[in-house]
Amino acid sequence: MLHPRLRRSLLYVPGNMPSMLQNIPIFPSDVCIIDLEDAVPRTEKDAARLLSRRFIEGYTQRNKELYVRINGLDTPYFRDDLAQILPAMPDGIRLPKCEHPSHLRRIDDLLTEFEEYLGCEIGRFKIIASVESAQGILNVNETARASERLVALGFSAEDYTANLQIDRPKTGEHLVVPRQLLLMACRAAGIQAIDTVWADASDQEGFRRECEHIKVLGFDGKSLINPRQIDVLHDVMAPKPEEIDYALQVVDAIRGAREQGTGVVSLGGKMIDAPVVARAVRVLLSAKSLGLVDTDIDERVIYGDADA
Amino acid sequence: MSKNSLGRELPETWRGRTLRPYRDPFSAQPEGPRVARPIRRVNPGDNKLLGSLREAIEASGLRDGMTIGAHHHLRNGDLVLNSVVKEIAALGLRDIGIASSSVHPVHEALIPYIRDGVISHIECGVNGQISRMVSTGQLDVPIITRTHGGRGRAMMCGDLKVDVAFVGAPTCDEYGNICASKGPSACGVVGYSHSDADYADCVIAITDNLVPYPAFPISIPQTKVDYVVKIDSLGNPAKIVSTTTRITTDPIGLQIAKYAATVIELSGLLRNGFSFQTGAGGASLAVAANVRDLMRKQAITGSFGAGGITGYFVEMLEEGLLEALFDVQSFDLKAVASVGRNPAHIEMSADMYANPFNAGCVVNRLDCVVLGAREIDVNFNVNVNTESDGTLNGNTGGHADTAAGAKLAIVVAPSIRARLPIVRDEVTTISTPGETIDAIVTERGVALNSKYQALAPDLRRRGVPVKSIIELRDEIYGITGAPRPIEFTDKIVGLVEYRDGTITDVIRQVKG
Repeated sequence: MLHPRLRRSLLYVPGNMPSMLQNIPIFPSDVCIIDLEDAVPRTEKDAARLLSRRFIEGYTQRNKELYVRINGLDTPYFRDDLAQILPAMPDGIRLPKCEHPSHLRRIDDLLTEFEEYLGCEIGRFKIIASVESAQGILNVNETARASERLVALGFSAEDYTANLQIDRPKTGEHLVVPRQLLLMACRAAGIQAIDTVWADASDQEGFRRECEHIKVLGFDGKSLINPRQIDVLHDVMAPKPEEIDYALQVVDAIRGAREQGTGVVSLGGKMIDAPVVARAVRVLLSAKSLGLVDTDIDERVIYGDADA
Repeated sequence: MSKNSLGRELPETWRGRTLRPYRDPFSAQPEGPRVARPIRRVNPGDNKLLGSLREAIEASGLRDGMTIGAHHHLRNGDLVLNSVVKEIAALGLRDIGIASSSVHPVHEALIPYIRDGVISHIECGVNGQISRMVSTGQLDVPIITRTHGGRGRAMMCGDLKVDVAFVGAPTCDEYGNICASKGPSACGVVGYSHSDADYADCVIAITDNLVPYPAFPISIPQTKVDYVVKIDSLGNPAKIVSTTTRITTDPIGLQIAKYAATVIELSGLLRNGFSFQTGAGGASLAVAANVRDLMRKQAITGSFGAGGITGYFVEMLEEGLLEALFDVQSFDLKAVASVGRNPAHIEMSADMYANPFNAGCVVNRLDCVVLGAREIDVNFNVNVNTESDGTLNGNTGGHADTAAGAKLAIVVAPSIRARLPIVRDEVTTISTPGETIDAIVTERGVALNSKYQALAPDLRRRGVPVKSIIELRDEIYGITGAPRPIEFTDKIVGLVEYRDGTITDVIRQVKG
């Protein structure tokens, strides 16, 4: 079942740039992903690990989810990435080039080992994995169910188009199929779907159009490469007033049901099932983050004791 | 030594002047009438156009020990002050004071004349090499920095006597009508020179664009100008005004701007009749951009924009978001073009802008001003005069004036610059007293001074992190560490004069 946590905006921050790392608490994205992979040249991998670890250790007043993109399982770097970063307790790992369910199972095992070693709860470290190739898209249905830790799948259009040996026009018609397949796999598995980055940070209009497009498709969020993209994305993702009204009614109904000690929730004579509640909570979280509602949403009261 | 109300130690006197310690922004009262310049008579047929700068200096009666006025509208492209001082030196004059509205890096050409004793004191803020050398003991010339309003006040009260004012005139006729919005060195307005024209014993217009009578639109009229001189060039046009002033693209600057705009939106001041001033820096303009969007969305028409005017404010005027602009200094080509043709874009003297001792200045009518800062302390005091190494480099400008006048004075600054914490225990120099600052906005959060504390819950609801200034400092120190204090000698090289003539701080020579 889809968890209501907001993951609209996932901002990449290069792990080798202290001037950027120190601003992570400031950016209003839902998630920050410290990048040890593509943004960091080979010669700086070790320095980036140390810098990122120090930053995460010092970031005690967490105000957003923090993931670290490790290097791919086909590189000699990912073990050192995990060994350095996990003791600092990020929320999870972003796994690149996840083209087969076995990749997820492998990283899942490694995370379990680290959790045992570090003495923390098994399952503490979450995974957001990126699908970046044709084979990855064809395997996506199995991949989406390959690990309990997987909270979302991301799509990477840059690598995907390179793999297909095609250009990447800004209009996105060539991405319809992989996007739809990934989205369906995610929905079927009850996890979130995260769209690819928009690489041209200077083209805010094009970026806005793509955000509108992926909102229509049903993506939960989008990976970002520039902090200036956050507000535009949140603006596009903002719920409409009627959606907020409905969400408030749903939440009232479920509160009322809980107070009366009944598990059956209905609104206007219709039964409300869990996905509807989850959606209502996300609408209200989104609205609250934009200052559109005052209501505080205690996820546990509404939704039971969900984690993730 | 005594302490002013900001806790700064001041000597009783400095270079023969009795210092009045700063006490509060509004209680100092002026006494007596304002000073007057000598009455003169110019008869039909009298000639005011002289052949050279030298002739003009001779005609003005400038003598050893006197003070000359100038303006900084030509900014770092200015050639006027350097040319004038060169001629003064060639005439063998000595012990001359410079009372420009600001001295820029281009004026480092004056250094040899300071060394030789031609220039003996500077009565304005100084940027660049001169100020660095003075701060480090390599050059000995006392400096008094004043606010823009304070300069007008000092001249009006006789605290600053300008004997001869040399006014760079982008366009002028032979009878002395000065037009600032036309000519190869057009700078839009000459707001800082109006007080010179009112109070200097002799006023000389220096132009590189002499036009047939009458020159117009008139910035300073013929009735106040004694002589006119034509020279080849007033300055380097490329450095006089910016071609455009740009909004920042830096995400941190944009984040700060978003928070600042939210403070303005929730302050209750953003309604029809809203009046507004920002600096020309990228982050300040980003605040203006956010405010403009809010005004559009909420169909608000503001009353006026003021201060140094940028193309950005011109666009707001032309779009109908503002009814008028009060322009003391035009910052870019768009502003220069606008002031010459749009009657709602009004040239404003520094006196009208910000002098606290006239019958009411424009800053008193400001709803909101957005200001910058080099450093901010935990009492909201702001430094805009000295660098992080303790050296003087800058003019107070309208900072302290607008902070005192505006209903809501917001300071925007990044929390860290090049490893240095911007919010700190103590500022190196107090340029603007904290009691006139209402909000500090950084990318790490907003600190509200007492008057606007009640905004905190609404701001938080809108996602703006409101913190106490102490929390903000601690958060920043947590990243940068506490800065080591700069070491100074006991020698005072300059004064920081508040707009009312009291002293907020002194500038000491840096040790080393």
